[in-house]
Amino acid sequence: MRRILTALVASAAVLGAAPSAWTHAFLDHASPAVGSSVPASPPVVTLWFTQDLEPAFSNVTVTNDAGQRVDLSNAQIPQGSPDELQIGLKPLTPGTYLVSWHVVSVDTHPTEGTFTFEIKP
Amino acid sequence: MFLSYTNARARFALAAALMALPVSSALAHGFAGQRFFPATILTDDPFVADEMSLPQISVNPPGPDGARETDIEIDLAKRITPDIGVTIRDQWQRLQPTGLPAVTGLGALQTGAQYQLFINGPHEALGLLGLNVTWAHTGRVQALGAPDFTTLSPTFDFGKGLGDLPRSLPYLRPFAVTGNLGFDFPTKTESAGVPNPNNFNYGFAFEYSFPYLQCCVKDIGLREPFNRLIPLVEVAFTTPINRVSASQTVGRIQPGVIWAGQYFQIGAEAILPATRLSGHGYGGVVQFHIYLDDLFPRSIGKPISEWW
Repeated sequence: MRRILTALVASAAVLGAAPSAWTHAFLDHASPAVGSSVPASPPVVTLWFTQDLEPAFSNVTVTNDAGQRVDLSNAQIPQGSPDELQIGLKPLTPGTYLVSWHVVSVDTHPTEGTFTFEIKP
Repeated sequence: MFLSYTNARARFALAAALMALPVSSALAHGFAGQRFFPATILTDDPFVADEMSLPQISVNPPGPDGARETDIEIDLAKRITPDIGVTIRDQWQRLQPTGLPAVTGLGALQTGAQYQLFINGPHEALGLLGLNVTWAHTGRVQALGAPDFTTLSPTFDFGKGLGDLPRSLPYLRPFAVTGNLGFDFPTKTESAGVPNPNNFNYGFAFEYSFPYLQCCVKDIGLREPFNRLIPLVEVAFTTPINRVSASQTVGRIQPGVIWAGQYFQIGAEAILPATRLSGHGYGGVVQFHIYLDDLFPRSIGKPISEWW
């Protein structure tokens, strides 16, 4: 058991020194936050990833409960922020909205995901 | 796998066999839609992949006769095409029988061929067909109980994430299960008077993914390293289906946690015998697992069919 504990401590040491990004691009956080409720319609949805993105193959859409697009179809990776994906929104009414993203990291690995946020009545 | 209790040699063989349950360490990681499945330690993963476990260290619980074994294992998985892969695995063993000197040496060489049957992104489901082969006379047969016969083990491995549950059940959606169903067909019916039964192997890994919770359900503010943790419980059993009694089922339960990072993952699990015949007490296992496809995305991390 002492050997196991030694291995665990060594693992923890390696863990502490681990790089901060994934090679696959995973969603790190978003604004509005994943699963959050916000009091008013945000002007944009912004997603931050754990890896830089390939602009030509990365996109995000936002739809309402009825499945209708409520974004401005202007998804972009801001200059100087290659790990960030943004899209503008139309003025939104209270309700639940679905954010769907599909990105390709600079090392060519594709990933995708969805989450919702809510605008309070 | 040896399963007999008629004499000391058979018990010794059983103890050795218990240390290498056929539903053993996994090799692959992968994705189905937005679900990331980590490589699990006890049960095989339902993915072809380019990965390596280097090393996996197990201190096993004492066997029924008190023998204790420590293993250092290396696994390699390589994709030939995006849907076809091969695996190879071996381990160095140190067996300490009760009242006898310790013996060391290599266990049996194991290889596998796999075909990715399906990946369903929206339902976070996947399936894999495999044929594992445990090769005769590739380990220390007399001293460590390594087999003097080859065993063919066809398997079906599957995975399912619960992300397609209604969004009204948010905190169940990070759950996922992977599983293995398979058989052992030894090429000799007995070795030195000890029967070699055909076996039914079944194992499952029940996972709760904090990365999934954070990215796809609700950002509860977890930060590193906790946002990359995947607590899990693995179980695996082997039940003989002929030549010996089915009551001689052996198995393990392994609760633990996996941390999945950029180029590698680290897993640690306790090892608990699941039946009286599986031993007693407890042990532990740690695994350092490397993602070759992330380390070398444009060279050896690609399927061989895409090298040119």
